[in-house]
Amino acid sequence: MSTGTWPSGPPLLQARGLTVRFGKVTALDGLELTAPVGRVLAILGPNGAGKTTFVRTVATLVRPASGELLVYGRDVAADPGSVRRDIGLAGQFAAVEPTMTGRENLEMTARLFGHGAGAARRAAAAVIDQLSLAEVVDRRASTYSGGQRRRLDLGASLVGGPRLLLLDEPTTGLDPVSRREVWDAVRTLAAAGTDILLTTHYLDEADELADEVVVIDHGRVVAAGLLGDLKAGVGRDVIEVSVADPATVSLAGRILEQVTLNPARLEPGGRRASSAAPGGADELSEVIAGLRAASIAVDEIGLRRPTLDEVFLALTTEAATTSVAVPSTTGGIHTNGGT
Amino acid sequence: MTTPQLTLPQALGRPARPARVTTASGQIALRALRKYLRTPSLCVMAVVQSAMFLFSFRYVFGGAIHAGATSYVEFLVPSYVATIVLFTGGGVAVAVAEDKTAGFTDRLLSLPVSRYSLVLGRTIADSLTNLWSILTTAAFGFAFGFRLPGSWPDGLAALGLCAAYAVVFTVVFVVMGLFAPNAQAAQGMSLIAFVFAFISSAYVPATSMPGWLQPFSKYQPITPMVDAVRSLLTGGSSDVGLALAWSALLVAVFTPVAVVRYRRA
Repeated sequence: MSTGTWPSGPPLLQARGLTVRFGKVTALDGLELTAPVGRVLAILGPNGAGKTTFVRTVATLVRPASGELLVYGRDVAADPGSVRRDIGLAGQFAAVEPTMTGRENLEMTARLFGHGAGAARRAAAAVIDQLSLAEVVDRRASTYSGGQRRRLDLGASLVGGPRLLLLDEPTTGLDPVSRREVWDAVRTLAAAGTDILLTTHYLDEADELADEVVVIDHGRVVAAGLLGDLKAGVGRDVIEVSVADPATVSLAGRILEQVTLNPARLEPGGRRASSAAPGGADELSEVIAGLRAASIAVDEIGLRRPTLDEVFLALTTEAATTSVAVPSTTGGIHTNGGT
Repeated sequence: MTTPQLTLPQALGRPARPARVTTASGQIALRALRKYLRTPSLCVMAVVQSAMFLFSFRYVFGGAIHAGATSYVEFLVPSYVATIVLFTGGGVAVAVAEDKTAGFTDRLLSLPVSRYSLVLGRTIADSLTNLWSILTTAAFGFAFGFRLPGSWPDGLAALGLCAAYAVVFTVVFVVMGLFAPNAQAAQGMSLIAFVFAFISSAYVPATSMPGWLQPFSKYQPITPMVDAVRSLLTGGSSDVGLALAWSALLVAVFTPVAVVRYRRA
């Protein structure tokens, strides 16, 4: 947890006992997190977990009730002005002025960042080029598609040349094509050296964009690390069987439960049954033997890695009882003293 | 000609220092003005609404209201112009609340701009739009038969006082918008201004109200404010000091509330 392990200056984020309350609601509950610079960090969690509150706290919009949060070593509560000069925020809603053109929006935000008129024009032009907005930039933002609006909003958060870009659910409500557009833009920025902190409840989005993920639930970090490590650490292998006759699927499920001692998930009205299998291949052969003994015809059976949804579910339900920190083999992220 | 390189915003570098308060306020005001001018339902409807109300007072209710020695149009128009912002200014509260729910305020607050410039920019823009309301309303007043009782300089002094009120009311409506959870609530909250506008000496002589209502009319700010405008029109200056004192008090109370509220919007 010491800053000494970071050779190139202070870490991106350091949260110690970070607590944020809204009236009686505790949104962040003693959150601990240290994240290095130079990575795309995704904050995952169910609705109401505290993801947005965390981003708003980093963006100096919310003051911690206790604990502290340092962004590049600067305290958000004590020195919000310095933090604001390092960040660009693209919130859940595209915060652009619909009656102004894309260019007017970008130049206005650049001026507010502190650029002079000429520099603001150049910054806007650079962003237009980078985010492929040239075709629409001289139209009013009210005429934009959802994806174009979101890219313009992203551009507005970039005109000040921030070191850290904060994206709160950047693709919520977008169609698949627009999602791709935003993802491409984020990847370009990350490749160009911008640190990125994004929240999402789409696991595939984290998979697409993030180097590291932090799973938050009930205002605390429940797991953090590389996505692959999380899958390996939490998600046990899964046995999935597809039976020939739908009438036999519940019997197949019972056989799965007997072998793996885990609850089986049955595809409603379908032919698939699955269950977590901590014993791996040994349990698979036991299940195959059991199915054969019961004379159940099988179309397909196999052992597979858990899906992200299954990992996520496992993490956030375990978190309800105990806080687990998944060991990170990369030494990237440190949380709640678990590493 | 070389191909442009390093087009990333990072390559342009970060500004050496945050925007000055004047620059930031100017940008914020410019955006609010553009929104107003480019939204016909805002800039045109405000004028239409103001003219319709004035028409109704002047020609519908006016005949039934006795304003003492002067004609009703002489009585009504100065105070109507002075208080028009109480009717049209609800749009300010709505706009401020919309900015908050649409994430625009969050964007502004995440930028390295002084919190004062948020209030200042907003107030400059909305004072100008409210000034537009005042000027068009005054023009309608003349069209509907109002004539200056005194000299032109007296008339301009009265108009100037109305403009000062526009600034005062703007700050009040900004605060309403900041406290409202959404645009609909802001619209509802702004109706409270009607209470002060109607229970005053603005549209009827206060002495025509029932006795229990008269103290409210007498001791709330709108009555001395409109009385001051009337007296300036006839070359007098009674109530002007009291009206300015009320104006200063309202600005002094509501401005810090707006700045503090913006911090935690």
